[in-house]
Amino acid sequence: MVDLRTEIAGVALRNPTMLASGFLDETGGSMGRVYQAGAGAVVTKSVGPQPREGYPNPTIVELDAGLLNAVGLPNPGVIEYEHEVKRAHAAGAVVIGSVFGKDAEEYAAVAAKMSTYGVKAIELNLSCPHAKGLGTEIAQDASAVRDFTRTVKDVVDVPVFPKLSPNVQDIATFAIAAEEGGADGIVAINTLKAMAITPELKMPSLANKYGGLSGPAIRSIGVRAVYDICDKVHIPVIGVGGIGSGRDALEYIMAGACAVQIGTAILSRGLGVFNEISKEMAFLLEEAGFHSVPEAIGVAHA
Amino acid sequence: MPRIQVVPLLEIVRETPTTMTYRFRADLGGQPGQFLMVWIPRYDELPMALSYLGAVKGITVRDYGDATHALAAFTAGDRIGVRGPYGNVFRLEGQSVLAVGGGSGMASMIAAIEAFSQQGARVVTAAGAKNSEELLFVERANAAGEVHIATDDGSRGFHGFVPALADKLLARDTFQQVITCGPEKMMYAVVDLARKRGVPVQASLERYMKCGIGICDACALDDKLVCVDGSIFTGEELAESEDFGHFRRDKSGRRVPA
Repeated sequence: MVDLRTEIAGVALRNPTMLASGFLDETGGSMGRVYQAGAGAVVTKSVGPQPREGYPNPTIVELDAGLLNAVGLPNPGVIEYEHEVKRAHAAGAVVIGSVFGKDAEEYAAVAAKMSTYGVKAIELNLSCPHAKGLGTEIAQDASAVRDFTRTVKDVVDVPVFPKLSPNVQDIATFAIAAEEGGADGIVAINTLKAMAITPELKMPSLANKYGGLSGPAIRSIGVRAVYDICDKVHIPVIGVGGIGSGRDALEYIMAGACAVQIGTAILSRGLGVFNEISKEMAFLLEEAGFHSVPEAIGVAHA
Repeated sequence: MPRIQVVPLLEIVRETPTTMTYRFRADLGGQPGQFLMVWIPRYDELPMALSYLGAVKGITVRDYGDATHALAAFTAGDRIGVRGPYGNVFRLEGQSVLAVGGGSGMASMIAAIEAFSQQGARVVTAAGAKNSEELLFVERANAAGEVHIATDDGSRGFHGFVPALADKLLARDTFQQVITCGPEKMMYAVVDLARKRGVPVQASLERYMKCGIGICDACALDDKLVCVDGSIFTGEELAESEDFGHFRRDKSGRRVPA
């Protein structure tokens, strides 16, 4: 019997599958439901200092090998969001709070507030590819990643996990910067900047024109990113991007991730995806002779 | 994966001073109560109920905002994007059905009224609107069964709100199920009175939506999603709901009074 429990920077998880930020996590009711459906933890929608409506529709386009979205960081603001975290906690969920802002001070202020709600860690959305002035530029500047991480670390007691953008030349450089800034872990990768066009209408399919691509199309890019990052930093990594099966998750684990996040696969497999992927991982780990998740972390580097 | 289809509008029919029907051919299914995500290019993408299910589909929409106002200026040949059908289906659960519609809510129910009638059920419709001009699909409902009218201003039929009319009908007749769609306060009253009489009820809810496919959480109702767990909910589900009749989510996800 394989032990699926894992741990990231002191945050204990019953299994390595986490809900990725941006999916079913605007409300506490949905986050509680996802946790009860089997996720090891849930990451909140990225929350900022003020309520934000996001972009007009269409905000989501289904493609053959993924999902393109430009929802534009809608969120009720960190003050209102306390109710949602409370509801998720009432359902038993392990919650990680994702935050964003327009500068380091705003990130820190939102993170500080979020940390008072009892979240187990803070995820820094440093890499939303489609919201102007909010994270996009930071993601391209390694020194900003370091400084933002440090500013947030200074004001919160829980672990801080910067989420990195794959839309850069060398993502490992950014992971090193995050580690220098005091990050307790790294989340990789965010979506890839992308576009779809509707030929019949001669226009981009998203109202925002550009969006972030997720799903199977980006999995190999994410695995490569995690592999590169794990060669360069000593802090734990959470792998995300196109995971839709236990085998996909194991790719990330063997690249060096100690947990994974799942989002787009909810579309094809439903909320049962967390339980199913956990079971598939347990089966594959056992078949490969492992007794626990930690034993398999990073073995592809040998 | 279901994808968006760009289709030309074949016919546009003004149903009431504020409500239009748009007909088009699209390669998609559709059962009573289901909806499409409809892309009005350059304006918005919105959930809209299927009011016609045949080879030539139809959506019927009240003009209530910028995007629906833009759509109202479309003419035959102009193109929209459609994806779906999404959501669950009105289910026939007895041989005698009371359908209670308020305003443009009739658009979500008319296909069920016709389908239930074709399946041999007796369907009685209570249709309400602000005034006689705003009554929607009365002729189609009349072809499927008995119709009773309520108007807020008394310009036709019962002078008052449609739940009061529905209550009278439930008192004097035996129904095995109630279906309803309309403003939420109206549905709240209808669900309440059906439950008090022990009649099973299904209500089709409306919420702001982005994805329509169960991932974005914009249409959350308690811990359910209107797009995939609904849009039709049973009286039992709604009786447990803290949001139904009281709260909705605004575009930022804030829980605000419904």
